[in-house]
Amino acid sequence: MSDHTLPYTAAAVGSPSHTPKQQGRIAAIADAWLPRLVLSPTIILSLVFVYGFIAVTAWLSLTNSRMLPNYEISGFNQYVELFALDRWWVAAANLGIFGGLFILFCLAIGLVMAILLDQKIRAEGALRAIYLYPMALSFIVTGAAWKWILNPGLGLEKMMHDWGFANFHFDWLVNSDFSIYTVVIAGVWQSSGFVMALFLAGLRGIDDSIIKAAMVDGASLPTIYRRIVIPALRPVFFSVLLVLAHIAIKSFDLVMALTAGGPGTSSDLPAIFMYQFSFSRGQLGLGAASAMMMLATVLAVLVPMMYLETKGARNGR
Amino acid sequence: MKLSQIIKSVFATTALLSSAAAVHAAEVEVLHYWTSGGEAKSVAELKKIMEAKGVTWKDFAVAGGAGENATTALKARVIAGSPPTAAQIKGPSIQEWGQEGVLANIDAAAIPGKWDSLLPKVVSNTMKYQGHYVAAPVNVHRVNWLWINPEVLKKSGAKAPTSWPEFFDAADKMQKAGFIAIAHGGQPWQDATVFETVALGVGGADFYNKALVKLDPATLTGPTMIKTFDTLGKIKGYIDKNAAGRDWNLATAMVINGKAGMQFMGDWAKGEFTAAGKLPGKDFLCVPAPGTDKSYTYNIDSIAMFKVKDPEQQKAQLTLATAIMSPEFQEIFNLNKGSIPVRSDVSRAKFDSCATKSMDDMASSNKAGTLEPSMAHGMAVNSAVQGAILDVVSKFMNSNMTSQAAVQALAKAAKTQ
Repeated sequence: MSDHTLPYTAAAVGSPSHTPKQQGRIAAIADAWLPRLVLSPTIILSLVFVYGFIAVTAWLSLTNSRMLPNYEISGFNQYVELFALDRWWVAAANLGIFGGLFILFCLAIGLVMAILLDQKIRAEGALRAIYLYPMALSFIVTGAAWKWILNPGLGLEKMMHDWGFANFHFDWLVNSDFSIYTVVIAGVWQSSGFVMALFLAGLRGIDDSIIKAAMVDGASLPTIYRRIVIPALRPVFFSVLLVLAHIAIKSFDLVMALTAGGPGTSSDLPAIFMYQFSFSRGQLGLGAASAMMMLATVLAVLVPMMYLETKGARNGR
Repeated sequence: MKLSQIIKSVFATTALLSSAAAVHAAEVEVLHYWTSGGEAKSVAELKKIMEAKGVTWKDFAVAGGAGENATTALKARVIAGSPPTAAQIKGPSIQEWGQEGVLANIDAAAIPGKWDSLLPKVVSNTMKYQGHYVAAPVNVHRVNWLWINPEVLKKSGAKAPTSWPEFFDAADKMQKAGFIAIAHGGQPWQDATVFETVALGVGGADFYNKALVKLDPATLTGPTMIKTFDTLGKIKGYIDKNAAGRDWNLATAMVINGKAGMQFMGDWAKGEFTAAGKLPGKDFLCVPAPGTDKSYTYNIDSIAMFKVKDPEQQKAQLTLATAIMSPEFQEIFNLNKGSIPVRSDVSRAKFDSCATKSMDDMASSNKAGTLEPSMAHGMAVNSAVQGAILDVVSKFMNSNMTSQAAVQALAKAAKTQ
């Protein structure tokens, strides 16, 4: 808020009998308090409903809460029990597989699509809409649609058999060893268009004259992209990683719709683990412990990234 | 409107609402998850009976499968200190809620109503917390059924099996004739339904009770349990590979339209058959699963009563409990839902042959001491242990786990706190 406009507005609201000196004082008070007043509801809301609840969850994870919360601290036994559970490790390993591949493929496909679209082609607007459109669907819809497409008895495999390719074989969805990869497929299908849009915006923000200068210097197009364009996209990479990482860690609806964590518990993810143990199995303490582990994962990934990024910005890189 | 006016009017409305609640004191608020077709119709009957007795029915239906959403809503209400008058809770969860000290004693309805003599002892025990009735049973589902399409049976030259060798013989013949022998949905609770039925069929009621109700470690790792898993592993071979994640009613549909021959499922499957216009005994057969004709695994729905302060509401609660146990309600509710009444003195005239067989078998297995709670449907063990067992069984069904590894994992799961 600028200092020039505020006294004027304050004076307009206040009665005209005030002397200019009084007006100045009111303006100064308003200047000091108005921003705090305006921001305080949102700050309080996030303090209570985000950080407050994180604190409650941390507390619950140290108790023996069963069906209902019980606030008597009993130490770290929920964590001990959590780490002894095979199912937790399946979920954690799946998060590693899903998160890693999801981010990698989204980045790669998004970047390639953005670069291809950036070649001043015809009907770019239409193509962009086609690529971006999957993002308009909810993960539940994506999950349900891919569930039918990938089901060997209904979708792709049956279609190929009907077309005469009797040896075609694709049953990842119902195979416990591969089910987690079907989640990657559906997730990448949904999110890579969005990554493309971010990269495209980044590409459009690069100064044309640098590229032209490089061309004058005789650099080939691949070299220009490798040495100039992609390094210039660094901040976009950071934002995309941030968004994709948290989509991966909180991922719940996609898996629920696609495989429901199955076959068996083979495509289980920590979010599903947390939900089931807290709410349907009456092991609230254990569920809270798993939620804290998810938070720890987010922090372990994001804190170094944000640190690197802010350090980089400060050094002017 | 100024802010202060808005605040004032909000307070006024709240006060009005709460006083309105106080005026209509003879009211029951019932939390339940009977939201599908036949179920909703059944609940409407209860509402009618209650309103005929001058009690207002406030419906608190929370949709969602096995009632997970309803349980979450219930927990929120109880923690907030305003529980509904009554809620659909079953099995050991009644004891868990009892331990929280929130359930109301309804002996005043149960003792004059002679519930003790009307209900099988295993059932009445579930409805009691520390010797006092806290819940009213609504219906009995039998879980250990095998549903068969007689057309498929005839075409493959097999006969309805009564033992495991006969079962596998029939399954082989069906497979040879080009049918899917066993329709199944690969969801954890369905896997567990087949598992417990096989355990009952292979080991008998005593074994079942020791293993899946009392969780005796020696029985869980013993040779009979290994044999149970061996049999389950063999059954796995007759299920089509697309079963993963399939809903139970889709599996039932495969039996209905003759794609598959048999299905292990509780008697809610009958609803699917009758809804498709099929007649029991003619278009479909209901037989006890192999080796389980002398025993009976039950899944009983019940309405538990919560502590309320208002004496008018307490009275309404007793009216509700009495209404639930009344023969009229038991008949109409169970005709709609496909289950059978909890009391044996209800007229059988309108029930079909599957239901009357279920009634006979329940009575005889109660006498023989082979009436057992269903583990897969949350009647035998608490939800934490049940979940851990389900994890083991569904892992066994969906991987190359050996029976030996499975029994060890099962024994570990049974120790879940």
